Amino acid sequence: MAPSISTFRRAICTRVNASRFLASPSPFRNFSSSTEDSTPFTVDIAVPFKGHKIEPPPQVVETSAKELMTFFKDMSRMRRMEIASDQLYKSKLIRGFCHLYDGQEAVCIGMEAALTREDNIITAYRDHCTYLGRGGTLPEVFSELMGRKDGCTLGKGGSMHFYKKENGFYGGHGIVGAQIPLGVGLAFAQKYEKMKAATFLLYGDGAANQGQLFEALNMAALWDLPAVYVCENNHYGMGTAEWRAAKCPEYYKRGDYVPGLKVDGMDALAVKQAVRFAKEHALSKGPIMLEMDTYRYHGHSMSDPGSTYRTRDEISGVRQERDPIERIRKLILFKEIATVSDLKNIEKEVKKEVEDAVAKAKESSPPDASELFSNVYVKGYGSQVFGCDRKHSTATLS
Amino acid sequence: MTFNFAMQAIDHIINSAAKTNYMSAGQISVPIVFRGPNGAAAGVAAQHSQCFAAWYGSCPGLKVLSPYSAEDARGLLKAAIRDPDPVVFLENEILYGEAFPVSAEVLDPSFVLPIGKAKIEREGTDVTVTAFSKMVGYALKAAEILEKEGINVEVINLRSIRPLDRATINQSVRKTNRLVTVEEGWPQHGIGAEICTSVVEESFDYLDAPVERITGADVPMPYAANLERMAVPQIEDIVRAVKRACSRSARGK
Repeated sequence: MAPSISTFRRAICTRVNASRFLASPSPFRNFSSSTEDSTPFTVDIAVPFKGHKIEPPPQVVETSAKELMTFFKDMSRMRRMEIASDQLYKSKLIRGFCHLYDGQEAVCIGMEAALTREDNIITAYRDHCTYLGRGGTLPEVFSELMGRKDGCTLGKGGSMHFYKKENGFYGGHGIVGAQIPLGVGLAFAQKYEKMKAATFLLYGDGAANQGQLFEALNMAALWDLPAVYVCENNHYGMGTAEWRAAKCPEYYKRGDYVPGLKVDGMDALAVKQAVRFAKEHALSKGPIMLEMDTYRYHGHSMSDPGSTYRTRDEISGVRQERDPIERIRKLILFKEIATVSDLKNIEKEVKKEVEDAVAKAKESSPPDASELFSNVYVKGYGSQVFGCDRKHSTATLS
Repeated sequence: MTFNFAMQAIDHIINSAAKTNYMSAGQISVPIVFRGPNGAAAGVAAQHSQCFAAWYGSCPGLKVLSPYSAEDARGLLKAAIRDPDPVVFLENEILYGEAFPVSAEVLDPSFVLPIGKAKIEREGTDVTVTAFSKMVGYALKAAEILEKEGINVEVINLRSIRPLDRATINQSVRKTNRLVTVEEGWPQHGIGAEICTSVVEESFDYLDAPVERITGADVPMPYAANLERMAVPQIEDIVRAVKRACSRSARGK
């Protein structure tokens, strides 16, 4: 029997008691730390991990003042970027599709804290922040969104098709679920090449019921591939709530014979802990499935107000109780790493960074007309390629 | 969703739907309609902009329809649902927002259009332009522009990609002696290619000029607005091709 809607909503908005932070025993003095201080201290992870066929990692994670400040700044930058993208879309400078990630920042920030650029990340279309996490820059993002030549894919890809192969970011995919078997393929290559690295393939609760996920998972498990399945469960596949879409919405268990872990995806430190744990598992034993319990404040895309299938109370409830940036802010203040005005200054800095990047991107020109015919092939063998009127517009592919 | 996502299920459209009546020697028929938006919208980039008319149109066992006007949408969809064979119904997202005048006959609950029959949207004498879906609107606008320059265009709205109304197309070309095909999809092995061959096979002696094709560009759909504009047919492309088709005088004159 399906759980009631109110139980479901209450589960999403579960309050995290900030006093849990007090429980961490630390041999180090935890006040007046400089923001650059890398001295490690431990923090409790408030929401317990849940394991499926595996013993979860410890509920305490190591971090530092420097790391927390980096988390705060990077997540604030991502948040600002998505808000700016919302405005650009409404001003019609961004066209087509635009799927925003605000609310989910802790997932990609926590992942990057535990991974290297040798590890691969592949995701679906909600990729702006994932791209930034993999070393992309704000001007590259905004230029791409506005279809300009300084965009990360020369303006030819658009919002859903960001890539940065040199940093292990393989896109950026529009067809739901298609990135999953591609990710397993990337893991296969890593094992084949004897690299000490793993592939983290991200998908949503909507894609979690796709057949290709399970086909690829079977292969990953049979061949012990270093593939980590990461379900970013924001509880809604477009407008369909998870309890209406899945018989078993406990996505970390869906791997069946593959172990899984449920993680509070709004807690960057929990994500970091889980991802480090998962990478170790993937490199030594094979695939593992992570479920990040997260939330998106925007609708599915800019064409979706996001309030016809969930209440405004639910959205504001999550913002109040579980916002990932507020979480880190509270921890930084509690540990007296920085002051309220320090953090406000960082937010101002980041706002300016974003505004400057938008301005710079607006000045970038559209791609040259010749780019219409570039990159169709790596090797064109001198074949002819045609425009709409083949006698008016044609080129030779080298 | 759009036909782009149907690619994940295309095995079933072809192998479970299209071929079943034949493989089972008529024991099992598949009276199903697959409908959805096809082709490019605006700014949706490579994976969301493909036109599937040619792929589905080449498959025996399938019927493929593509409406342009409201009248087409109503009459053809009803015909598709009543039809006992699998029908692929290719709509267009941009056309959803366009209004068309309809007669009382069209609004009648029993209104239905025949499958396999094209419509002469605009009668003309100098050149035949074939199109389907959104391109019919573009062809009609091109015809208005060309009328002012003394070229009288006949626009055929295909309505039915498979079965293709070869009779209407050939009859028109035998009257006008010139042909321009228009489609949004990729050129190689496209709808225009089949129409051109049909006319060459059946009405060769009536052609006074080579057949012209206007198609989508032979590239994955780019996102940037300026590149996208070059990747989808524009009205000026149709005008240019018609002028080329009309630039030769009739043979033997």
